[in-house]
Amino acid sequence: MTAFGKSPERTARELFAEAAGKAYDDAGLSPGAVEEVFYGNFMGQHAEQQGHSGPLAADSAGVTAPATRIESACASSGAAVRLGVERVRNGAADCVLVGGAERMTNLSTAEGTAGLASAADALWETKAGVTFPGAYSLMANRYFHEHGGGREDLAAIAVKNHRHATENPLAQFQREITVEDVLTAPTVCSPFGLYDCSPMSDGGSAALLVSEEFAEERGLDPEVAVTGTGQGGDRMALHDRVSMTRTPAAERAAAAAYDDAGVGPDDIDIAEVHDCFTVAEVLALEALGFYETGEAISAAADGETDIEGDRPVNLSGGLKAKGHPVGATGGAQVSEMTKLLRGDHVNSDAVSDAEVGLTHNAGGTVASCVVNVLEVVA
Amino acid sequence: MSDDGTRDAGYDDFLDAVEAGEPYYLESPSGNGWLPPQQFDPETGERELTEEPLPETGEVLTKTVVNVAGPSFADDAPYVVAVAQFGPVRLTGQLQVEGQKRGVGPEEVEVGQEVAVGVARNETEGERVVVLEPV
Repeated sequence: MTAFGKSPERTARELFAEAAGKAYDDAGLSPGAVEEVFYGNFMGQHAEQQGHSGPLAADSAGVTAPATRIESACASSGAAVRLGVERVRNGAADCVLVGGAERMTNLSTAEGTAGLASAADALWETKAGVTFPGAYSLMANRYFHEHGGGREDLAAIAVKNHRHATENPLAQFQREITVEDVLTAPTVCSPFGLYDCSPMSDGGSAALLVSEEFAEERGLDPEVAVTGTGQGGDRMALHDRVSMTRTPAAERAAAAAYDDAGVGPDDIDIAEVHDCFTVAEVLALEALGFYETGEAISAAADGETDIEGDRPVNLSGGLKAKGHPVGATGGAQVSEMTKLLRGDHVNSDAVSDAEVGLTHNAGGTVASCVVNVLEVVA
Repeated sequence: MSDDGTRDAGYDDFLDAVEAGEPYYLESPSGNGWLPPQQFDPETGERELTEEPLPETGEVLTKTVVNVAGPSFADDAPYVVAVAQFGPVRLTGQLQVEGQKRGVGPEEVEVGQEVAVGVARNETEGERVVVLEPV
C-alpha cells in the first residue's frame, strides 16, 4: 500500500500505480504475470469524474488483461480481494492483481460528505439529511440505549488506534491522542466528535494473489495465504434492518470465512477491523464473535484489544489513524495483515506468535461486508 | 424530486400521500413493512405487497444532531435526524425543529418519544423532507 494521507493533487490512477509497483517488488513479479485485475474504487465519479476505472487501473499498473472496477462503498477492495481469491481457487487465473485507490482530499468537507453519503439509500436516508457519520451516530445512540456505554468507551478506541499508528510510516496520523482530546473535539454528529471519525484520505493498495502451482513454478515463497473468505449482505437502509445495533452482514461474512478456513473466533490472533467510526469497531468485534452482543463496548477501555492485550485489534492504526481512502481500505487491511503475520510490520514484534489474522471490511452502514482470514503458511 | 423536476416514483408518491393525510406503507403476506417503491419483500422474496395505512403515530428509536452536513443541507445544520417505528415499518426523518414551539427541543426528544410523520421543505434547497413531529 501507499502511505495514506493528504495528497490532493495525486490522481487515483497514480496512487494505484504506486501500490501495484510495491506489490510487484514485494512478490518479485512483473506486470506481465497478471491475468486479471479487480480494482476497488468508490467515489471516482464524484471526486474525479472518472468511471470505468478498471481498465484505467490496469493501464496504470502496466497490465493488459481483463480489468473490472469493484464498487461496494467502503468494502470495495475487500470485495476485490475476495473475487481475486475465488478466481485463483477456481482455476480461472494463476495470478490476479487486486486492490484499490481513492482520491478524496481534493474535495471540500461538504463535497466529501455528500460523496460518502451516496453509500446510503439516496431516497429514504440521504434525502432526509443523513450523512455517513450521522448514520453511524444513529447506531451508536441506539447501542447506548440498548446496552449502555458512552463517549468515554468510544474515545478509548480512538486513543488505542492512534497509539498503534505512532510508528507506522504509512499511517496518516502518527501521533497519540488522549481521551480528553476526543471528548473535547468539535462535534460532527452527536455523539461523535472529530476524533471518533476516520479522516478523508488519499491512498492506494495492491496485492498479487497467486495459486500454489504458480508460486512453485516461479520459485516464489509466500509466507502468508488467504485461507478463508466470506461476504455478507443486509438491507441497504439502516431503518430496514432487523437490528440497528448488530451487523448481520458481518456475522454472515465471518461465518462463511471461518467455515472456509476451518477456524473459529478463538483461533484469530490479531484482527484489522473496519473502524470508520469508533462505534464501528465495537459492532465488528461482536459480529466476528470475539464478544457477545452488547459486551465489546468496553474492550478498548479495558485494554483487551490493545497491542499488549489478549486480542490486539487494528495494529496498523485502523481506519481511524492509518487513514481511510475508501476504495483502498480493504486491500490495505490485507497488506498490513500480511506484513504483521510475516514479521516485517513495525508492530510485528509485539505479536510475534501470531499465526492467524482476520480482516473485516464493511460497506455503508454494513449493508455489505467482506471478511478474509490470513494464515502463516511458510 | 430530481433537480430537473422529474419525480422519484414511489418516494414522491409517498410524500404526496403524507401531505394528503393518507400515508401508507407496503406490507407483505408475512407482515413485514417496507417503503415504496418495493416489488418484493427482501426478507422473504414474497411479491404480493399491499398498501396499508401507516399508523398515525410512531416511536423514536434513535436520533442524532447533524452538525456537519452535505451541500444539500448546508444551511439547515444543525438539524436532528431520527429513526421511528410505525407498526411494522420504520422511517428516517428530521425531527421537526418547529416542534420547539410546542416546548420540545431536539435535546429533549428521547428514545420512545411519540411522533407523527409529516413533510417539510429544507432551507438549503427548498426540497421536500420527511419530518417526524413530536405529539
